[in-house]
Amino acid sequence: MPEIPTDAIEGLAPQRARLAAFLKRLIANRSVALGGGLVLFVIALALLAPWVTPYNPLESSFRERLLPPSAAHLFGTDHFGRDVLTRVIYGGRLSLEIGFLVVLATGVFGTLIGGCAGYFRSLDNPAMRLMDAWMSFPAILLAIAVSATLGSSVTNVVIALSLATIPHTARIVRASVLVVREMEYVEAARALGARDTRILFVHVLLNSTAPLIVRLTYVFAIAILAEAVLSFIGVGPPPPAPSFGNIIANGRDFMVEAPWVTIFPGVAIFVVVLGLNLLGDGLRDVLDPRMRI
Amino acid sequence: MTMGGVVTDGEDALLRVDGLSTVIGNVRRPQTILEDVSFAVAPGEVLGVVGESGSGKSMLALTLMNLLPRPIRRTAGRIALGGTDLTGLSDRAWRDYRGRDMAMIFQEPMTSLNPVMRIGRQIMEVLVRRRGMSGRAAEQEAIRLLERVEISSPRERIRAYPHELSGGMRQRAMIAIALAANARLLIADEPTTALDVTIQAQILDLLRQLQAEMGMALILITHDLGVVAEMAHRVMVLYAGRVAELAPVEDTFYQPRHPYTRALLDSIPSVEARRERLATIEGSVPVAGAMPPGCRFAPRCPLAREACTQAPPPVMPVGDGHGVACIAPFGYELPEGVARRGAA
Amino acid sequence: MWSFVLRRLISSIPVLILVSLMTFGLIWLVPGDPASVFLDASATPEQVANLRRELGLDQPLWTQMLSWYERVLSGDLGESILLNRSVAAAILERLPITLSLAAIALVLAVIFGILLGSLAAVNHGGWGDQSIMTVALLGLSIPDFWLGLVLIVVFAVQLGWLPSGGFVAITEDFGGWAMSMALPAFTLTITQIGFIARMTRSSMLDVLRQDYVRTADAKGLGHGFVVMRHALPNAMMPILTVTGVIAGGLLGGAVVVEQVFALPGVGRLIIGAILSRDFPVIQGGLLMLAVIYLLVNLIVDMLYAVIDPRVRLA
Repeated sequence: MPEIPTDAIEGLAPQRARLAAFLKRLIANRSVALGGGLVLFVIALALLAPWVTPYNPLESSFRERLLPPSAAHLFGTDHFGRDVLTRVIYGGRLSLEIGFLVVLATGVFGTLIGGCAGYFRSLDNPAMRLMDAWMSFPAILLAIAVSATLGSSVTNVVIALSLATIPHTARIVRASVLVVREMEYVEAARALGARDTRILFVHVLLNSTAPLIVRLTYVFAIAILAEAVLSFIGVGPPPPAPSFGNIIANGRDFMVEAPWVTIFPGVAIFVVVLGLNLLGDGLRDVLDPRMRI
Repeated sequence: MTMGGVVTDGEDALLRVDGLSTVIGNVRRPQTILEDVSFAVAPGEVLGVVGESGSGKSMLALTLMNLLPRPIRRTAGRIALGGTDLTGLSDRAWRDYRGRDMAMIFQEPMTSLNPVMRIGRQIMEVLVRRRGMSGRAAEQEAIRLLERVEISSPRERIRAYPHELSGGMRQRAMIAIALAANARLLIADEPTTALDVTIQAQILDLLRQLQAEMGMALILITHDLGVVAEMAHRVMVLYAGRVAELAPVEDTFYQPRHPYTRALLDSIPSVEARRERLATIEGSVPVAGAMPPGCRFAPRCPLAREACTQAPPPVMPVGDGHGVACIAPFGYELPEGVARRGAA
Repeated sequence: MWSFVLRRLISSIPVLILVSLMTFGLIWLVPGDPASVFLDASATPEQVANLRRELGLDQPLWTQMLSWYERVLSGDLGESILLNRSVAAAILERLPITLSLAAIALVLAVIFGILLGSLAAVNHGGWGDQSIMTVALLGLSIPDFWLGLVLIVVFAVQLGWLPSGGFVAITEDFGGWAMSMALPAFTLTITQIGFIARMTRSSMLDVLRQDYVRTADAKGLGHGFVVMRHALPNAMMPILTVTGVIAGGLLGGAVVVEQVFALPGVGRLIIGAILSRDFPVIQGGLLMLAVIYLLVNLIVDMLYAVIDPRVRLA
């Protein structure tokens, strides 16, 4: 086995320092700090839901129907007497879970498709035609249709939403790959005999991550918004689990006498999505201000 | 009348610049780009402004036109055109002079023309909006201008887009736009640098003819001494944002008094002189934030002495219409009666 | 120019084919049998078999696809299982409502988005810039259906200024039509305007730094004139791209907003069909909207060529 040259090991120290400097710059960006803070707060609430929430989200109490916000029920109660704050937090938990899975799926498949399309010229045209056709369907409609067709479940919602966000993600990855592919160090690697797949994964993809990360942050926001729409329409995750969308849908009938049931979940959606959008903007500014997604 | 110690060419100078200074950066720690620049241009005269990158010559042009991009701003000095003090005017009033009394052509004709607008319209804009012509008259005039700048088939070409023209033609179009203003002063910032050598000669020829024909004063900014030799009546050499030398063209070439000017001339490779290595000037131009305390050129100057590092010398007369910002010709002392202008 | 148009039309054919395939294929995503999914558990096997025959599901796949294409290309989108009428007729009846809603919102979002984005770019770094961008960000983070509900609560219920839903045809009463469209259009506009404003600002910032803007300034042309006639046309390309994307978002958003405001548009039709598993309607409606979206993108491409002459060579 060849000896590892000592300067390769020493070279790690400046690498570490560069990373530290980068992280510092990241946090210094206002949008990242604010957005990231909001997102982390929301995630913390969602993870700690069982300990943080005062009530059981599914427990109904007919004596306490449609109570306005008070000290006992910060967000009031819904038509089954369930505490809205608790349901909103649990709804957030579910929405975040779905959002995260969508990000994962989109990231993986978008990268696969976009990466191959960008790198292997023969695949490019057919793949991009497919993406064009795919993107011809207004995203939310596609998601609604797929979700309805497959049936109500968390998995199916994730599939439906991912299908709506994959093509654009693939486009972005492809664009980065196209740029990097032409760069000289890829040529150099090829000249040294590296195999195509290795070049693709190691060099090209590593350097295409910045736009992908920004895109995936926005995808998270889109997923949360879209999941709310799906739930509102009735093709989201099945009852009785609360999600932002179905709390609003159920509260709609009582909008006049108990607007709080409709208002608070919407505000919650707004806060989460705002945080994610801010984070995405900030990341874009730090990672590559020239990007315009 | 003296200005900055240099005798100007009489009272009827078209453009007078006095003590112009420009900086970049925030108010607390500004970095100097131009400092204490003074000169005058007579009507119909060609002033060549020579300097390397970093000398501030392009900034000078933009300052005269009040087109400085935002972090850069003028901090001192007067600019008078035909007797009117431009620097005392509001931005709006100064703007009125652009495209009428003052015009400018830029270095990169491809990026300096609007890519989605036909060149005819880009010329006619000036005619209609700045000179008040009617649409039809403007179109005729635009064709005539294109003809004058020697673009073939002008009637068809006015409908062309910039990307349909070659580099030389684009620069001619830019000249036509500048001519449309019918200005008294034309500023040309490195007009031929981005062009092929053969086209360069044509464009310069054209500029010379037009300038003589229309009696325009021309400030020709360049780094190329050859261009200056051909075109200019007088030469101003800039170094690190300050004037190094200001003289009639013959004096500049045959009797340069500033060590920097001499070094520039020396570094031109010559066919006759036998040399093994190209002459260069050691060191590099100081950057905006790190100016040496005294004469800017002192660190690289073969004639530098202790006195040179005290303060940057003002431009002092050393002959008829010939000024130099160096204390060496004066025995390393400031001659009597010359006010010392501020240090960095 | 016309060759460009022709080339674009031809290149959209493969996409059109794929779109139609995907729409057709939707029915096959259903786990289990589409017919029995439509009918509930109490259906007899004969009813299921009948429905299958009606939908053509008992034929081999090839035949189904061919006959589907045959029908679609002749304008027949099948029959709604639920409503027992022609899908195409049902859609066409409601299309004007959806399209007018989306169109109004698109025009408003484009006009105000470009206006706000340009103002922000010209005021770069100033507080006008920051406040406009903040408002844009807030707007695009709001869920559209929720905003619609909130607006109903405020304007229809509390203030009583505008109706809380329902539709008045423009031919009947213009005032009534305007009022019934006001809140829905406003909802859609608010949620989409942010995208256009942001893209406009970013594109304008790029353009304002360009040399040709400096040349225009050097000609002594007024700043407003330079922004409008020199900067904006060059900034339009990315803005047009976003507009095309927004159009898709608006078609989808219109669907949701129709639900909230009870407008009888295509969106409500499709959602009703989705909830009752009326596949011919789902397929027909999706196909129609996808084709419209393709057309919009085609128009956007044409506009590229109009604005930027260099595109015509592509």
